[in-house]
Amino acid sequence: MDFEAVIGLEVHAQLLTDTKIFCGCSTKFGAAPNSHTCQICLGMPGVLPVLNKKVVEFAMKMALATNCEINKSCSFARKNYFYPDLPKGYQISQYAYPLAEHGYVILDVDGKQKKIGITRIHMEEDAGKLIHDEHNPVSYIDLNRTGVPLIEIVSEPDMRSSEEAADYLKRLHEILVYLEICDGNMEEGSFRCDANVSIRPKGQKEFGTRAELKNMNSFRNVQRALEYEIKRQQYIVENGGTVVQETRLWDDAQGSTTSMRSKEEAHDYRYFPDPDLVPILVDKAWGEKIRKQIPELPLAKRERFVKDYQIPAYDAGVLTADKALADYYEKVVRLCAQPKAASNWVMGDVLRFLNEEKREIKSCPITPVALAEMISLIDEGTISGKMAKDIVEEMYKTGKQPKKIIEEKGLVQITDEGELIKTITSIMEANPNQLTDYRGGKEKLFGFFVGQVMKATQGKANPQLVNELLKKMLTG
Amino acid sequence: MELHQLTIHELQEKIKEGKTSAEQIAESVFQRIDAVEKRVHSYIRLMKDEAMAVADKADKDIKKGDIKALTGIPIALKDIVCTKGISTTCGSHILHNFVPPYDATVVEKLRDAGAVFVGKANMDEFAMGSSTETSYFGPTRNPWDLERIPGGSSGGSATAVAADECIASIGSDTGGSIRQPAALCGIVGLKPTYGRVSRFGLVAFASSLDQIGPFTKDVEDCAIMMNVLAGYDPRESTSVRAEIPDYRQFVGHDIKGWKVGIPKEYFVEGIDPEVNSAIQKTITVLEKSGAKIVEISLPHTQYCLAVYYIIAPAEASSNLARYDGVKYGFRSPDSGDLLDMYKKTRMQGFGAEVKRRIMIGTYALSAGYYDAYYKKASQVRSLIKRDFEEAWKKCDVILTPTTPTPAFKIGEKTDNPLQMYLSDVFTISSNLAGIPGISVPCGFTSDGLPIGVQFLAGHFEEGKLIQIASAYEKNAKIEKRRPKL
Repeated sequence: MDFEAVIGLEVHAQLLTDTKIFCGCSTKFGAAPNSHTCQICLGMPGVLPVLNKKVVEFAMKMALATNCEINKSCSFARKNYFYPDLPKGYQISQYAYPLAEHGYVILDVDGKQKKIGITRIHMEEDAGKLIHDEHNPVSYIDLNRTGVPLIEIVSEPDMRSSEEAADYLKRLHEILVYLEICDGNMEEGSFRCDANVSIRPKGQKEFGTRAELKNMNSFRNVQRALEYEIKRQQYIVENGGTVVQETRLWDDAQGSTTSMRSKEEAHDYRYFPDPDLVPILVDKAWGEKIRKQIPELPLAKRERFVKDYQIPAYDAGVLTADKALADYYEKVVRLCAQPKAASNWVMGDVLRFLNEEKREIKSCPITPVALAEMISLIDEGTISGKMAKDIVEEMYKTGKQPKKIIEEKGLVQITDEGELIKTITSIMEANPNQLTDYRGGKEKLFGFFVGQVMKATQGKANPQLVNELLKKMLTG
Repeated sequence: MELHQLTIHELQEKIKEGKTSAEQIAESVFQRIDAVEKRVHSYIRLMKDEAMAVADKADKDIKKGDIKALTGIPIALKDIVCTKGISTTCGSHILHNFVPPYDATVVEKLRDAGAVFVGKANMDEFAMGSSTETSYFGPTRNPWDLERIPGGSSGGSATAVAADECIASIGSDTGGSIRQPAALCGIVGLKPTYGRVSRFGLVAFASSLDQIGPFTKDVEDCAIMMNVLAGYDPRESTSVRAEIPDYRQFVGHDIKGWKVGIPKEYFVEGIDPEVNSAIQKTITVLEKSGAKIVEISLPHTQYCLAVYYIIAPAEASSNLARYDGVKYGFRSPDSGDLLDMYKKTRMQGFGAEVKRRIMIGTYALSAGYYDAYYKKASQVRSLIKRDFEEAWKKCDVILTPTTPTPAFKIGEKTDNPLQMYLSDVFTISSNLAGIPGISVPCGFTSDGLPIGVQFLAGHFEEGKLIQIASAYEKNAKIEKRRPKL
C-alpha cells in the first residue's frame, strides 16, 4: 500500500527584544547564570507582569509577514504545570485568544507553489534552563531565559513529506531573520521546532493517529526525525499494528525516536485567562504602522531578482536565502551592472571562501565595491577571467582593491595587438615544423600555439585577441 | 486619653502643635503592645527597632517643619504585603522564612508619607479564611471577647487597631477580608475599587478580586489613609488611571437627598436579630439625615457565594503553584526526588484550608470541568456586575449589613467550611463586581460585640462611601466604647 505522511509543525522563535516580555531584565544570551533576573521573572510572591509592547509589535510583524489576520483583541492565559525551570508554576501564554490566525507560507514544491497554512501565532514567555551535574545527583537552575519572549507559530497539517517540512521550516526561519525579530540560532535554542506526524494510505481523507516529535535542534534533524518516524509508523501499520498517540523524543546519536509520554500521561494544563494582564487591543492604525515597517520578504525578493536581473531562479534562491547576502549582491550589481557575472562571483568564489571559514557575509573582506570593480575590469578586458580567479582570492586574503593587486603583481592583460603580433611571429619562427603541420591540416595544433603565446606572456595575453590573431596569422 | 488611643488626625494635630513627638507615640504604642499582645496576638512579627529609628527620623523632620500625611503615625501591615528585608509569611508555614528583596508599592507609599511600621499583622493563611484561625502562627483573638474570633482574613490588622496596638493598619480584601473583621472588631474598614490601590507586592490569593485597603479608628482616618494609598501604578497592568480626589474633602458633609438602596435579597434569612435591629436603626439615622431609602434588587445575589468559591480557588490554585520548595520558603527536609519534594513540601507547607481551596480550584479548571465551573462562574460574574450597574440607576449608595452575625467563638466553625464561608455572604459581591465597600461600626449586641454596616458605591466612588460613612458616624452618635483588655 502507498502511504503519505501528514505533518504539522509547531515552531518557537525567541524574539530579539532588548528586555524580557514581562519585566525589564536583559534577554542577552550567555550571561552568568541568574544574572539577568529580578523578582518578577523569578516569580517572587506578590510580583505582577507588565507586557513589553515591543513583543507585541515583533509578533505582529511575523503575523503580517505570514499573511495572518491579527485579532482586534487578544489576551494571555496561564498554562499551569510544575517544573523547576518554571518559577511561577505556570507559563504565561496565549490560548483561546491568540494574537493572529489564518495565515500561510508559500513553498516551491517540484516547481509548483504550495501554500502551507498557519493556524495561529501567539506570544508567550520562555522557561529557564536546568543544568544537571554529571557527577553528582544535583541539578542547577539558570533563570536567565525565564521570561524571554517567544512566539509560537503553529502550522496546519499541510505538509506531506519530510522535505516539505524542512522547506517550510527554512522559509519561516528566513522570514524571521529577514524581519530581524529572531536570530534564528537553532543550537542556542532561539529557533525550535516540534513536529506532529501521522501517516495514512494515499487517497484517504481521515488523518491517522499522530505522534508528536520533540528535541530536534537542526533542520537536518527535523528531516531525519520525520523520515525515521514516518518509516516507523509505516512499519507498524504494514505489520498489522496501530500507531498510538504519544510524544516521542528524537535521539540524534541513535538516529531514532523513543516514547516520552503517552496520551494518558499528557498534562492537563488547566489554561485560564491570566487575571494579572488585560486584553491587548490592536487597532487599524497600529496594524498599519507595523505593516509599513516590514521589509521586502524573501519570496518577493526572489521573484524580483529573477525578473529584474534575469538570473535563474536557482541563483535568486541562493542569493536571497540571507538578507545580508542579497543586499551585498544588489550593491555589486548596482556598481557593475552585470547581474549574471555578479551572481556567479558571489555564489561561486565569495560564498566558497566564506563557507570555508564559516564567516558571515557581513564580515566579508571583499567589499561589494571591490568585487564590482573586478567584474568591470574583466568586462573591459583589463584582466582575464582566469586572472580574476587569482585576484579574487588575493582580495579575500588581503582585503585589497583589485586594481592595487593587479598593479603590485603586474597582472594587467596584454591587449596591445602590435605586441602580440610580435610575440606570435617569433613563436611561429621558432616552431616551423608545427606550423607546417598545422597548415597541412593538423588543426589540433592550434591549442599548442595558444599555449605558447600564454607561456610567453605569462598568461597575461587577452585570450580572445590571441585567438583572433592566431587564426589569421597561422593560416598565413 | 493615651496616645495609642488617638486617631491619625488627633495625633497629627498634637504633633503640629508640638504637644507630642513621633517617638512618644511609638513608645506608647509599643507599651500597649507589651500589655495586650499576648492575649490578642495581632502580630506575626513586631518591628520595634525599625519603628523607633523611623520615629526618631520623623521627629527630626517634624522639627524642620517637614510633616507629611502620616509622619510619625504607627501603622501595622498585614503580613501579605512584601517588605524588603523583613519576613513576609502570609501566615503560612511554606513562607515562614521568606524575606522579600523588594517593597510592595503600598509599603513604599506609606513609608514616603512618613508612616512608622509597627509590625506585620497576623492573618488567615494566604488570606483564606474569615476568622484568622488558619494562620500557621496561631489564631488572633477578638479584643471585645477573647474567646471569639476577630474575623478574617485580615484579623490581626483589625485587632491591632481595635486594641490600640497601632493607629491604623493595612489589610487586603478578596471576599470581605477587610470589611468583615472591621465589623467584628468595631472599626472602619474600606475595600477600594479594584485597580485603585496597587496590588504590586501584595502576595496574590485571587488576582481578579484582591484589593488592599485601610483599617482605621474613624472615617476621617480612612480618608487620610486613602489619600496615601490610592493611585495608578505602572507596575500593575490592572491598575487604573483614574482621577484621585482628596478623600478628606468628603468628610463632614451631609447626605441630604441621597438615595440609599436597600437590596431586598440581602435581608432574607440567617441574619442575627441583633444585627438586623442595628441595621434598621442605621436606616432610621440615615433617613433622619435627609437620605431617601429605596428598595432595590440585585437579582443574582444568590449566586455570589458559589461564583466566588469557584473563581477565587481557581485563581489561587495557580497563584500558589510557585510555592514548590525550589526557590524560597519551606522545603520538606525528607524529600526524595523532584515529585516527592513537590508533594511533601506542599503537603507539609500548606494548611488544610489552603489545600482545600487549591484542590477546589484545580478541579474547577480541569479539562472537562472548565466550562461547567470556571467559565460558567465568569459568565455569572458578569451578571452580578450588571446587577450593580442597574442598581446605580436607582440609588447613590447601597446599604447592607457587613456580616450576618457578630463575632463567633473560636473553633465554632473550623470544622464546617460552608458555615465559615457564609460569614462573607454580604461582602463577596463587591469583590466580584470590583466596586468599593466600606464597613462602619453601627452598634453593639447585648453581649457587647460590635456590629458593622456596609456601604457600597460604584467604581471609583470611594468619596461617596467616605461621605455617607462620615455623615452616619456623626449623626448616629454611637457610644464610644473601648474593648476591656
